[in-house]
Amino acid sequence: MSTTTSDTPTTSGTGTPRRPEDASTAGPSTPGAVQPPAGRRLATGLRSRLPSAAGWRGTASTLALALPVPVLGILLWHVGVQQGWTLPFGIQMAFLPTPAAVLTRMIDISVGGQIDDAFSGTLIEHLTASTGRVLTGFGIAAATAIPLGVLMGRFTVVFRLLDPVINLVRPIPVTAWAPLALLIIGFGDRSTIFLVFLAAFFPILLNTIAGVRRVPVRLLEAAAMLGTKQAQVLYKVVLPSAMHSIVGGLRIALGLAWVILVVGETVGISTGLGSMITQARDMSKTDLIVAGMVVIGLAGFLADRLLVLLVKVATRGRPTLS
Amino acid sequence: MPRIGNDRAPQPATIRAVDLGKRYGSPGAGGVQAMAGVDLDVAAGEFVTVVGASGCGKSTLLRIIAGFEPATDGTITVADEQITGPGPDRGVVFQDYGLFPWLTVSENIAYGPRQKRYPSAVVGEKTTRVLEAVGLTRFARSYPGQLSGGMQQRVAIARVLANDPAVMLMDEPFGALDALTRSAMQAELSRIHRETGTTVLFVTHSIEEAVVLADRVVVMAGGASHGVPGHIREIVPVPLARERDATSPEFNELKRHIAALVHEGVEAAA
Repeated sequence: MSTTTSDTPTTSGTGTPRRPEDASTAGPSTPGAVQPPAGRRLATGLRSRLPSAAGWRGTASTLALALPVPVLGILLWHVGVQQGWTLPFGIQMAFLPTPAAVLTRMIDISVGGQIDDAFSGTLIEHLTASTGRVLTGFGIAAATAIPLGVLMGRFTVVFRLLDPVINLVRPIPVTAWAPLALLIIGFGDRSTIFLVFLAAFFPILLNTIAGVRRVPVRLLEAAAMLGTKQAQVLYKVVLPSAMHSIVGGLRIALGLAWVILVVGETVGISTGLGSMITQARDMSKTDLIVAGMVVIGLAGFLADRLLVLLVKVATRGRPTLS
Repeated sequence: MPRIGNDRAPQPATIRAVDLGKRYGSPGAGGVQAMAGVDLDVAAGEFVTVVGASGCGKSTLLRIIAGFEPATDGTITVADEQITGPGPDRGVVFQDYGLFPWLTVSENIAYGPRQKRYPSAVVGEKTTRVLEAVGLTRFARSYPGQLSGGMQQRVAIARVLANDPAVMLMDEPFGALDALTRSAMQAELSRIHRETGTTVLFVTHSIEEAVVLADRVVVMAGGASHGVPGHIREIVPVPLARERDATSPEFNELKRHIAALVHEGVEAAA
């Protein structure tokens, strides 16, 4: 039997796991003889983690392809504003701020010292308020929708009891809830959090139900014949198997949460990115509106990346979970 | 083979089916009788294969013994105990492996012993022992998705062996493997059976595989689609010495006999 490390399943340079040849002729192996020496294993581990020369070339070519379009876009934006172009939909580019003005405004709201108005250096305050609302609403949605989805996916009675109601409520756009939420909850944090919760709830719920219902019967049978107690099947098999789908739901929900945030912060709230944009509109500060839009986009993007990273760490990178 | 830990030494168990039947659907005229009148006695430590055309009820029989489905007629006992549901005394090896993709090879194998709440040292020793028995020590930390079909099936066998089952139930386990891997796996299974002495019930489509592995071959026939419930047509003993030569005249004589029984069953029913 071979004692080299060449046929141990490590990840190759491209990152795809190699499928080792079936060692079907291998008999009972001698203990110790088949384990690669620790030094070798460490070396291969390091090598697979550090980007190789080919890896750097890959990054460079990715950048070379990713950059031209945004650069061209910003260039056209600048020229369009200066020339006062009119675009389809009747977009008057003359009313837009230039990219440079937006950049100045972003620096000003971040650290101040550029424009010196009521918004200078207030970004962190707005961002904190908005992030808090998103996380609270999203957190409550996850904490309620995942257990409910597991119950509905696992028990037909619960599903048949709740599915009709959910299908009636779900098509109502969250934006349509906004006026009612203001009246029955009142101005302030709580109605915004409620709207975020509503927006995040259904994608998580539906994806959890779908994931739980798709758990392969074979895995449930395997668990049963290995002596898994009924009460443990849920977190030993059902949850891990549905994990991928649940995480998909969480990501969609988190994206929607940032969308709804702006709607929820338009009325009766003085802090938050949505409120900042609303005030900017009232004062016709288009550079501030665009700066706010960029910040919200970046925040949503970062939140998604963080969520994915969190799941990866929590599941220790196990396949089919993260 | 040395036994580890506080579990009683596993005794290979007998399987006894009396007038076993399975009916799907309503108990009236609307239902379908998939299997009826199956009498089978499997001795402790015996290797029995079950062959027959599709729909003859061979998988149903296995699933009833595994406890995945209840029988609707007759009785079925393993080690003289009535079956009420699945359990670790009856390890099942599926054609599609049924491994947990989020667990490593060794975690998949340790799953059963952990369910029995053995101390972690015992779990570790059991895992090491069966990993060695199936020659997968090097792949202990791989995930099932990184392994070939043959290796995944060896993990599935190891996972069942780690539970020291009284009976191993194998449902066309090598059906999805290529011919070379398949014959290597047959040789390995024969060796494992020799070493552990476990009772094995092995369902297969392949008559050759049935003769290679078995002490006795159960030939089933019929099936709902033939208008006759699935039943045992004949039980053929295989008196050939182990390390069987599939090209010998005796081997082929048995194969021909069983093939004739299988085809007769299909034609008689058609």
